[in-house]
Amino acid sequence: MNDAIPAEPKPATVDLEAFYQRSNIGDVIDALDRDLIGLIPVKTRIREVAALLLVESARRSMGLQAEPPSLHMCFTGNPGTGKTTVAQRMAEILNRLGYIRRNHVVTVSRDDLVGQYIGHTAPKTKEVLKKAMGGVLFIDEAYYLYRPENERDYGQEAIEILLQVMEDRRDDLVVILAGYKDRMDIFFKSNPGMASRIAHHIDFPDYAEEELFAIAQIMLTQMHYMFSEDAKDIFREYIGRRMRQPRFSNARSIRNALDRSRLRQANRLFAERSKPYDLVALQTITGADIRASRVFAETA
Amino acid sequence: MKITQGQFSFLPDLTPAEIKLQIEYALNNGWAVAIEYTADPHPRNSFWSMWGNPMFDLRDPAGVMMELDSCLAEHSDKYVKVMAFDSKKGWESVRMSFMVNRPAFEPGFELVRQEGPGRELIYTIRSHATSRAPVPEQAL
Repeated sequence: MNDAIPAEPKPATVDLEAFYQRSNIGDVIDALDRDLIGLIPVKTRIREVAALLLVESARRSMGLQAEPPSLHMCFTGNPGTGKTTVAQRMAEILNRLGYIRRNHVVTVSRDDLVGQYIGHTAPKTKEVLKKAMGGVLFIDEAYYLYRPENERDYGQEAIEILLQVMEDRRDDLVVILAGYKDRMDIFFKSNPGMASRIAHHIDFPDYAEEELFAIAQIMLTQMHYMFSEDAKDIFREYIGRRMRQPRFSNARSIRNALDRSRLRQANRLFAERSKPYDLVALQTITGADIRASRVFAETA
Repeated sequence: MKITQGQFSFLPDLTPAEIKLQIEYALNNGWAVAIEYTADPHPRNSFWSMWGNPMFDLRDPAGVMMELDSCLAEHSDKYVKVMAFDSKKGWESVRMSFMVNRPAFEPGFELVRQEGPGRELIYTIRSHATSRAPVPEQAL
């Protein structure tokens, strides 16, 4: 191993703080903390990965060579827990750390990878891989790639090509798989090769009631709306009721609820269109707009 | 005989790193990159075989390099070129074209003379690579 160390003298110490400042990674992580509510395990893992990459670049500057770490990831969690949002952020973080060359995410599902007849799958999968090179390939609901009930399914072929590229072109591409936890577990059980090539399994927890309310506030601010005072309490109650109902999908349900409130607000304003409205009135969602929801009609 | 065609033909052969930089330049301009190969380097041979489809919507040269590697693995004894196609209105044509591989031995061209009307001689060239007699299928 001694001959691997170059002859030119290297500085005796390395300033990690300087590396940290130069990478601007602090801004990205701060933004992550600010914009994403909750998701503690996710943020912890992102910090760990960021630290690993930072130390890795410091090690390289001292002439210590190592294989680049494998950063393929698997995001599991219930619907609406922010898997896609975090994948977008991941590309930015990895790009800032110099692990991937471009800040871009290619989002695909089974249809984009698997062909319809013999000999169609390989070119199709390769096409997608080529487009994603240099960035992040995000495969949503990855378990659909593998259909055990049909042994001639072309999904297996797509998985094999994917595995090969994940292994050979590790420094060109980061693959992120996403899906529901239980189905993802079955997928990995039947594809041990895939499971062993993915270093980071990140579980996205469900949001608590307060977190969902904070998310709603952020969404409203982004859309230039706001809650009136009474609306805040009623929306909290709404979240509590909605969480106990079937087909609750976290932040996505909240977004839908807000969209329907906007609809009702628009109709309320339109019904009294002879009245003049100021800026505040156009932005405010009142308690009545939320109270009209179907969720309150049913006895919880 | 070293045959030269297209861009950079006056330079020494491009290294893989240099090829990658050229592809990156093409992609940054929004051009689609294609790979073609042939055994017949005649300057008037404009019909090279395509290695897959032209690659649209790529962002990074790594994807092209992957295709180039697999093309070279199969056709290391042929001429291979990389081209960049500009689809912008008014251009709609190839903006870059350069050779990235040549056979280890290049037989070059022969001069063919043809007797014309009167005592006129018509000269043309033919690549040695294509003048070999065809080999029966089972001998291959």
